Amino acid sequence: MSASLPDTAPASPGDETPVRRFPIAPLFLSAPAVLLFAALVLTPLFLTALLSFNQFDYATGRTGGFTLEHYLAVVTDEYYLEIFLRTFRISALATAICVVIGVPEAYILSRMTNPWRSIFLLVILAPLLVSVVVRAFGWSMLLGPEGPVNGALIALGIGRMKLLYSEGTVVVALVHVMLPFMVIPVWTSLQKLDPAVEQAALSFGASRATAIVRVVAPQILPGILSGSLIVFGLSASAFAIPGLLGGRRLKMVATVVYDQYLSDLNWPMGAAVAVILLAANLIIMLTYHRMVEGHYRRRLG
Amino acid sequence: MSFLELKNITKRYGPLTAVGDVSLSVEKGEFVSLLGPSGCGKTTTLQMIAGFVEPSAGTIRLDGRDITRAKANSRGLGIVFQSYALFPHMTVFDNVSFGLEMQRVPRGERKPRVEEALSLVHLSPYAKRYPRELSGGQRQRVALARALVIRPPVLLLDEPLSNLDAKLREAMQFELREIQRKVGTTTVMVTHDQAEAFSISDRVVVMEAGRITQIDQPYRIYEHPETEFISRFVGKTNLLPGKVASATGAGATVSLAGIAVPVETAGLSVGDTVTLCIRPEKLHLTAPSNGLLTGRVADRFFLGSQWLYHIDGPLGTIMVVTPNDGSTPAEQGAPVGLEWSPSVVRVHRGAMAEAPDVALEVTG
Ligand SMILES: Nc1ncnc2c1ncn2[C@@H]1O[C@H](COP(=O)(O)OP(=O)(O)OP(=O)(O)O)[C@@H](O)[C@H]1O
Ligand SMILES: [Mg+2]
Repeated sequence: MSASLPDTAPASPGDETPVRRFPIAPLFLSAPAVLLFAALVLTPLFLTALLSFNQFDYATGRTGGFTLEHYLAVVTDEYYLEIFLRTFRISALATAICVVIGVPEAYILSRMTNPWRSIFLLVILAPLLVSVVVRAFGWSMLLGPEGPVNGALIALGIGRMKLLYSEGTVVVALVHVMLPFMVIPVWTSLQKLDPAVEQAALSFGASRATAIVRVVAPQILPGILSGSLIVFGLSASAFAIPGLLGGRRLKMVATVVYDQYLSDLNWPMGAAVAVILLAANLIIMLTYHRMVEGHYRRRLG
Repeated sequence: MSFLELKNITKRYGPLTAVGDVSLSVEKGEFVSLLGPSGCGKTTTLQMIAGFVEPSAGTIRLDGRDITRAKANSRGLGIVFQSYALFPHMTVFDNVSFGLEMQRVPRGERKPRVEEALSLVHLSPYAKRYPRELSGGQRQRVALARALVIRPPVLLLDEPLSNLDAKLREAMQFELREIQRKVGTTTVMVTHDQAEAFSISDRVVVMEAGRITQIDQPYRIYEHPETEFISRFVGKTNLLPGKVASATGAGATVSLAGIAVPVETAGLSVGDTVTLCIRPEKLHLTAPSNGLLTGRVADRFFLGSQWLYHIDGPLGTIMVVTPNDGSTPAEQGAPVGLEWSPSVVRVHRGAMAEAPDVALEVTG
């Protein structure tokens, strides 16, 4: 854009070239984190990737050698394709719902005055203190055939409905678990806004809704972006929720990996699925990040 | 009835009264400045007119309509915020165009109007920049253009020129005054630059600790400050404590540490404690034998068009400003006499509150 400016305008602020030398302090300070990351994340990841290229002998259960058959099997088998598609569909839906619920929630929270703000922030964060497994069991009791929801439906004359083991239930439960991860980054970026900017929009006669859409929302987009990435990533690799609420038939990628490892004992196959999930997740998230953030980098800095 | 009327407006934040019992009437097309030290409640007053701060008490009427509790987006005012409050995600052009969009001005008409407003503030080449790519003064001018472009009936300006260099500031003051004259916009401007307040306002409102202490035309505020605080806040002044030695019907003689000084204030009685205020430019340097007072030049400062002298004498240090007429100035350490006409002396009853603040600016 700056290229089209007339000559009278000074050049756009260019990046300064840093002095090239090897500062020791940053290396030293980041060493513990790098070591921890290498030992606990990269090593298992590397081993998993290696494992995924091993052959597997069903008769003996032995692994070894080199093959691409697991990857070929995943890519060509419609069973796996369906599971991957379902996983990303459910994650995308959960992310979208988290945006729709979480962003207004964060906005309202940021407009509250103090005793209430602290109380509601606590309410939003409290679920994080309860194990996901416990919450998944809670949902399954709530939605089970004899649970209170079905009880109410019967009492209303609508009749019993099959709520558990459906995609909808998994999405709802995921949203419940992931919501704080959306609210917190959005709330953080709302904290950074100058309230006068929204007031300026109002002073020009904008309605509250217009002010939010045209002025507030674009400024908190980075927060929404990071919230979405966290929610999508966690949802796509979620295990406890689909495992407990999706049942045996409604599988997601993480539950398939689990099955391969522990039921079929086909570790290389499980590893291959896991590696593909990681790769797909990375590609989707990076694309999304580029699309949205590239658009706003120059404006918001 | 006035166009904009504040009646007994009060704003309390807990125990703190930010604005107390402020009443002000602004006529249509008038340019009024709120002048006062930092934290005296200028921004709060402006924000209550704008509708972003709800008054704890009092009423605000605009064009006969009670807007005390009206929504900010129904008031139709043009506002320049002290923090500029530009839209960071929009270009300069879009920032300025936003108000027109909200007024549903057709696209074709918007472009020339935005361009006109940008050229008014000398920012035409920057239309495609984002606010964070501008300097502080440039941002401030965008804020000004954004408020002017919608041609509001009332402009509220919160220190709109504070970040500009002297030359640009003068140019912008002139533009503001021009718009004022052409369009007849009613303007309330906050400033703590008294020269700015004096040069472009019809009336100046002096505020002190949340209260209005004087509303008057600029020259009257300068020449007839109602309180000692104002005489010290507005321009430089010499404050001389004394006692009334003798009083006649129309005047009196005040004794300043034994030196008798005639004044033209009526109604003083013998023995009253008073403070005399004399502006430095009302004093003249003469030969020591001719002066009402004598002293020595302790310091002299060259201000371009003027000389500022600090004269040490029996009453302490006295400031004198003389025009630079090209003649040789008095030397440092030289004995001089001071004389003045009794009519330029202002008398405030009561003792001096504190030592005069020599650091205040000279009014040009
Ligand atoms: N939201 C608030 N809560 C509590 N006190 C406030 C609030 N806003 C302003 N005040 C107080 O009210 C007083 C007046 O503030 P105001 O912003 O009106 O000052 P000002 O005259 O504009 O000063 P300046 O020239 O520095 O901008 C100050 O003492 C300030 O601390
Ligand atoms: Mg202020």
